[in-house]
Amino acid sequence: MTADETALREDLRRRVADFLAAHDPMTTDRLEFLRARYDAGLAWVSFPDGHGGLGLPQALQPEVDQLFEQAGAPDNNHQANGIGLGMAAPTILAFGTEAQKRRFLKPLWTGEEIWCQLFSEPGAGSDLAGVATRAVRDGDAWAVNGQKVWTSGAHGARFAILIARTDPDLPKHFGLTYFLCDMTDPGVEVRPLRQITGEAEFNEVFLTDVRVPDSQRLGAEGEGWRIANATLNNERVSIGRSAIRESGMIGVVARTWRERPDRRTPELHDRLLRLWVDAEVARLTGQRLRQKLAQGQPGPEGAAMKLTFARIAQQLSGLELELLDEDGLRYSDWTLARPEKVDFTGRDAGYRYLRAKGNSIEGGTSEILRNIVAERVLGLPAEPRVDKDIPWKELPR
Amino acid sequence: MSDLDLLYTDVEDDLRATVRDLLADRCDPASVTAVYDGDRSPVAGLWRALAVDLGLAGLLVPEERGGAGASAREAAVVLEELGRTVAPVPFLTSAVVATTLLLDTEGDLLGSLAAGERTAALALPLSTAPDGSLPAVAADADGRLAGTVTSVAGALEADVLLVPATAADGIAVYAVPAARAGIAPVVSLDMTRQIADVTLDGVPGELLVADAEPAVRRALEAGAALLASEQLGVARWCLETTVGYLKERRQFGRAVGGFQALKHRLADLYTGVESANAAARHAAAALAVRDPDVFAATAVAQAYCSDLAVTAAEEAIQLHGGIGMTWEHPAHLYLKRAKADQIAFGTPGAHRARLAELVGLPLQGE
Ligand SMILES: Cc1cc2nc3c(=O)[nH]c(=O)nc-3n(C[C@H](O)[C@H](O)[C@H](O)COP(=O)(O)OP(=O)(O)OC[C@H]3O[C@@H](n4cnc5c(N)ncnc54)[C@H](O)[C@@H]3O)c2cc1C
Repeated sequence: MTADETALREDLRRRVADFLAAHDPMTTDRLEFLRARYDAGLAWVSFPDGHGGLGLPQALQPEVDQLFEQAGAPDNNHQANGIGLGMAAPTILAFGTEAQKRRFLKPLWTGEEIWCQLFSEPGAGSDLAGVATRAVRDGDAWAVNGQKVWTSGAHGARFAILIARTDPDLPKHFGLTYFLCDMTDPGVEVRPLRQITGEAEFNEVFLTDVRVPDSQRLGAEGEGWRIANATLNNERVSIGRSAIRESGMIGVVARTWRERPDRRTPELHDRLLRLWVDAEVARLTGQRLRQKLAQGQPGPEGAAMKLTFARIAQQLSGLELELLDEDGLRYSDWTLARPEKVDFTGRDAGYRYLRAKGNSIEGGTSEILRNIVAERVLGLPAEPRVDKDIPWKELPR
Repeated sequence: MSDLDLLYTDVEDDLRATVRDLLADRCDPASVTAVYDGDRSPVAGLWRALAVDLGLAGLLVPEERGGAGASAREAAVVLEELGRTVAPVPFLTSAVVATTLLLDTEGDLLGSLAAGERTAALALPLSTAPDGSLPAVAADADGRLAGTVTSVAGALEADVLLVPATAADGIAVYAVPAARAGIAPVVSLDMTRQIADVTLDGVPGELLVADAEPAVRRALEAGAALLASEQLGVARWCLETTVGYLKERRQFGRAVGGFQALKHRLADLYTGVESANAAARHAAAALAVRDPDVFAATAVAQAYCSDLAVTAAEEAIQLHGGIGMTWEHPAHLYLKRAKADQIAFGTPGAHRARLAELVGLPLQGE
């Protein structure tokens, strides 16, 4: 660490201490505390001054979070707002107008406004650029019609990041525009979609004449694809990142191992240690990537992180069921619940095993991520794209 | 605990560029391949250029003892480059392992290693893990050494052997001039780090370190930690060379690198190499500051990078097709180095077993 970094760290620690002295977490109202923390630039320290940060390297964030946690500070309900914090916020920061940043970032960070992602559609999953939801200009607003699917947390969300087609005459990548959509608009209908865990964490969302003011267009008309990719790159580095050794799925399974000496076998031991190493190396790889990014936008390299994360989570959660042996035959509850949080490591081992199956699908399937790494990182030839120069409206569907 | 820096500083980048230039000049694949046919003539000159001209032999030695006063982070960068070219030089065995063992000794041996005047090797099997079993050589009361140590790396290039031996009051390390020991070269899987069997028949040794077990283990720890960077260099060469080849090689009217089955394999390999980079860098950084976590960091890096380098070399050969199977193409040099490195300083399984203790995940008990 350089002298500069040490000085930055020192200064930051002092700021946190001063803040805590002025806002006792035990006696200050929760929201008041969170809003003040945002105003003090101690929310996401890599964000600029005035938007909840201090323009510092991202690598300093874990320490700040830790200091607040140790002081018993209220948290910003981040587990319910992963899409807001991990995807919407960095995208709004990078592409939003000053007014949009002022309006949306603070309540997003404090958890007062939860966000969801209206990207995927029945006809556009991996081929996201094919979305058919239409947005048509109507005075100072847009009228949006279409159907979205697999929308995690739409039932608790106040806003959504949305991509919609504004020009069907252009090839698919060019006619898209990015919007910030109010989920309380009367034209938004959210229907639960039950998933393999029994719960309905994701939804179908029907959009009928939803009015999105033009002031909630993010970036220029037709720029939606480029901005959506920035969102997805952020998604891939935010999913499953862990700053602390033995956190996340490996932490859960290691605890089970320690609690159940009766169930241990040499074969499971070997698999556990391999995965422990993989998880630790993945943690270090994430740390290295963050050090590299400092404050910039993540590139396609994050796809590799997410590939590893999904594989490890799936292998570990499968291992845990075998470790539990007879107890692995039991499941906590199949009733249809509407969880408020996306929790990869919560509930019971059976739930974790099933939920982890989504890790290699959500945020880009592992196959698509391998394509991305191969083409955009390694520069290998692109997949044949027969539809890329044809106007979207003429594509066979 | 603040995070260790896993990137490279400007100074480290400059060092890399210097080493890479020299190796590009003096360590071409054809001359490396020739060592398999017994032509070791370029080895001494190459080592001299690295050790003396660039001063790399003294990298880990403090300035007041005649070295460069650099840290494990810089040594790791050198090893990445040496791995990239499978250079047949005793940097790891002499400038890292033997040097680390000598760091707390008085006398002029350390200084002469740092200056590149002499080269030393630790007389233990290359496969010895940091927590592995130590020697069968016996020392009598007069410091006469008797016994055989098999599979010693760096012995062929060494002027001095550092021999851990069992003396009356525990393990001690003695210096023995290589010329006084029986050093029998072994036809090795990896001739770029050729091993030898060492026999001592009552030669007198000079006592260097009494009560030497901690020092020996520390030297092995440094070897294991930094071997990961060599493995990273091996793996990166394999990835880059294979990606480059598959962009050029055409079959079925297109570059074979455009076939998705191969793209996905290379994406996985890239992911592995990036992961190995983080693990190797973390071990080097932990070693550099003697972080208490260095043992776990080393075990993690060895458990990961050992297998990854082998996978990278295996993929390189498979994805090159027939040319990958030839003596002429350098890929085999990397496979042989990677496979031998996997066994060196403890197998991945040995490091996982160590880790189980270190992080509290035992097979039995609490
Ligand atoms: C738990 C969960 C939560 C989600 N949350 C959200 C959300 O909040 N918001 C949102 O917008 N979306 C969400 N998604 C949707 C997710 O992004 C899509 O499911 C995903 O992109 C895949 O699209 P698809 O389901 O249409 O599958 P398809 O694209 O139809 O894929 C089918 C199979 O074909 C493979 N495939 C497709 N194209 C290629 C190719 N070119 N090369 C090789 N293989 C290919 C895929 O990998 C897959 O195996 C969520 C999904 C899950 C599982």
